[in-house]
Amino acid sequence: MILDTALGIAFVLVAAALGLNFWRLLRGPDIPDRIVALDTLYVNTVALLVLLGIHLGSALYFEAALLIALMGFVGTVALCKYLLRGDIIE
Amino acid sequence: MLDYLLAFLILLGAGFTFIGSLGLARLPDFYTRLHGPTKATTLGVGAMLVASAIHFSVGEGGPSLHELLVTLFLFITAPVSAHLLSKAGLHLRLRSRAPAPGKASGEQRD
Repeated sequence: MILDTALGIAFVLVAAALGLNFWRLLRGPDIPDRIVALDTLYVNTVALLVLLGIHLGSALYFEAALLIALMGFVGTVALCKYLLRGDIIE
Repeated sequence: MLDYLLAFLILLGAGFTFIGSLGLARLPDFYTRLHGPTKATTLGVGAMLVASAIHFSVGEGGPSLHELLVTLFLFITAPVSAHLLSKAGLHLRLRSRAPAPGKASGEQRD
C-alpha cells in the first residue's frame, strides 16, 4: 500500500528528472554539456527500469538495466575520446 | 515495517535523482553542471538498487545479486566518465565562473 504510493511519487520524480535532462540535451550551449545530459539520461533510465522491476515484481528488468548502463558508459567514453583526441580508436 | 523501509529508500533515491537533474538543468557553467548529476544521481540509483535488492531478497527467499552487479558497475564507471568529461571540457577551454588559478595568484602578488 505505502510501497505503491512511494513508487508512484518516485515514477513522477524520475520522469521529471528525465525531462530536465532532455531540456539540457536540447539547450546545452557546448558539446560536453550535451554529453553530460546523455550520460545522466542513461543513468536515470536505469533508475526507471529498477522502479519498474519493483512495480511489476519481475527480476527480468535488471539484465536490461545492466545493458543500458554498459552502453551508456561506452558511449560517454567514446564521445569524450572523440572530443579529446579527434579519433576514437587510434 | 519492511514496506516503510523500502518506501523510504525509494523516495530517497528518487529525490536524489531529481535533485541531480535539477542541478544539471539550472547550474550556471559546465563544471558545476558536471558536479550535480555525477554525485547525486549515483547515490539516488544506489538507494533504489538497495531497495530493489531487499525487496527481491525477501520476496523470493534467496539473496538477489543482480542489483549488486548494477550497483558495482555504476559506482565504478561514474567517476571514470566524470573524469573524461571534465578533461574534454578543459580541452575545449569552456568558460568557467571560477577565476583561473595563475591569474588569481598573480593579482594577489601585485
